[in-house]
Amino acid sequence: MNLPITWNDVLALGPIAVVFGGTLLLVVLESIVRKASPLMFWVTVGVLAVAAGCALATIGVAGTAFGGTVLTGGYASYFALVFSAGALLVTLLSPAYLLKRATAFTEYYILLLAAVTGMMVMAASNDLVVFFLGLETMSVAFYVLAGFTRQSVTSNESAMKYFLLGAFATGFLLYGMALVYGTLGSTSIAMLRSSAAAHAGEPLFLVGLGLLLVGFVFKVAAVPFHMWVPDVYEGAPTMVSGLMSTGGKSAAFAAFLLVFGADVLQSAAPIREVMAVLAALSMIVGNILAISQTSVKRMLAYSSVAHAGYILTGVIAANADGANGVMFYLLAYTLMNVGAFGVLSILETASVENVRIDDLAGLSRTRPWLAGLMALFMFSLTGIPPFAGFFGKYYVFTGAIGAGYTWLAIVGVIMSVVSAYYYLRLVVVMYFQEGSPDQVGTATGIGLASLVLPAIALLALGLLPSTIVNLTMQCF
Amino acid sequence: MEQYIPIAIMILIGVVAGVVFANINRFLGPHKPTEEKLSTYESGMEPVRTARERFSVKFYLVAMLFIVFDIEIVFLYPWAVVFRQLAPAGIIGMIVFLVILVIGLIYEWRKGGMDWR
Repeated sequence: MNLPITWNDVLALGPIAVVFGGTLLLVVLESIVRKASPLMFWVTVGVLAVAAGCALATIGVAGTAFGGTVLTGGYASYFALVFSAGALLVTLLSPAYLLKRATAFTEYYILLLAAVTGMMVMAASNDLVVFFLGLETMSVAFYVLAGFTRQSVTSNESAMKYFLLGAFATGFLLYGMALVYGTLGSTSIAMLRSSAAAHAGEPLFLVGLGLLLVGFVFKVAAVPFHMWVPDVYEGAPTMVSGLMSTGGKSAAFAAFLLVFGADVLQSAAPIREVMAVLAALSMIVGNILAISQTSVKRMLAYSSVAHAGYILTGVIAANADGANGVMFYLLAYTLMNVGAFGVLSILETASVENVRIDDLAGLSRTRPWLAGLMALFMFSLTGIPPFAGFFGKYYVFTGAIGAGYTWLAIVGVIMSVVSAYYYLRLVVVMYFQEGSPDQVGTATGIGLASLVLPAIALLALGLLPSTIVNLTMQCF
Repeated sequence: MEQYIPIAIMILIGVVAGVVFANINRFLGPHKPTEEKLSTYESGMEPVRTARERFSVKFYLVAMLFIVFDIEIVFLYPWAVVFRQLAPAGIIGMIVFLVILVIGLIYEWRKGGMDWR
């Protein structure tokens, strides 16, 4: 007997191997080198850049490794690119922020890379067990990161809430996996998709899928499992919230799209209907609750619930347009949300931990660059062309209409209009209200650069969406 | 049946020895009970008290260390039984696993997780 593991399998892992190796390297550096802060930072940046390059290089060759349990290239590489890009921006913005909050521990970078490893494994999973492994790697790192500013009560509250609710949701997910395994006799996701039609009538299979859905809906932060989102995003260190709301959500959606693929949704009609209702509720509840928020972070948290609804629409569509839309949307969402949280992390100071919308009054005069970038991210989040956010919404709604879910697309469009109110209010406050936001922080050169990059990328993606869509088309 | 006779004798000897040794000091030893001697733990720890008590976070560190090495043993034993059949992938896989574990150990050691300060 010989295990079906070869060196080719390890090499095929590409970006995952790079990021995981980087995590181990950082642990060694942390143990050996004293005062390693700048070194750790640059190694993290380097590892993520190499991982992004590795993902780009392997994106054309899709396959499987480790006996068909792990996807390589194609889909996995595309998401590896999204995660490394998001995490790279977060890393660049982190040192200044951590110094402000007096928690410049270098373990931050270890946990960050560990979380990214987990995300990549999730997006590369072709087996429920591998997916679970990735999910836990990511989640455990996030539980710790959420409480990273350990002197802050809100940060501790955030970590505790996220941990308890996350562990609870994981329980549902595992139970669902057990039931699906019980009906199929296999944990393979490929097998789940190919034999879903044969088992669609079995109540146990549907219950299993339903429990899986609970876990997924929690992880992507959609209604009705969205209660944790505002508290966790508000309490966690701002850049961690930025990564949780983008990388964490993208990873969950990547696996969501794999498990609840077209075959599964088309045969399990009740599950699809439930998902459609949840998507509509996420868009409605998220957008309406976001209107009444005074804290910018809470506003962004509720808006992330609403975005989970939009992206869910693309999953429900279960066709090529919808899947491409989800992949494009997640890239755009990662760029614009990391950007928005990045601006916040710069504006926060040791005394002003939680920036309120009113604090931004008059920002366009004192910090014209930051105000301009924030306005751009808000336009993109609203979905105003020519920014990438518009095309994300366009593709998922086109997919939904193509699949006969016109009502869902209509809800989505109406709710996008509602969302314009609170996104654009921020712009109005920054540009047209008098105020003296002198208490807010200033950007470092590297911080500003890492905000300009996603802004340029959003504009480029909005003007030439076909470059990415051609890429995502190859993945199916 | 005959081959069971030695076993029966062994059981008999075991039971007799156990009963004798458990009770012999009741007859031979001095018997001067005090309150401390009669309590469950003679070291002075109270056997029944409130469970809502704060205890040092160091115990958690030790517990975490224990779990890590406990899991290692759980993996190593079955692997050791079949590693000849698993070679070379099994050996490389286990080396990778142990390297990851050792890196964690180095981290804990250097960060003072093993010092009971």
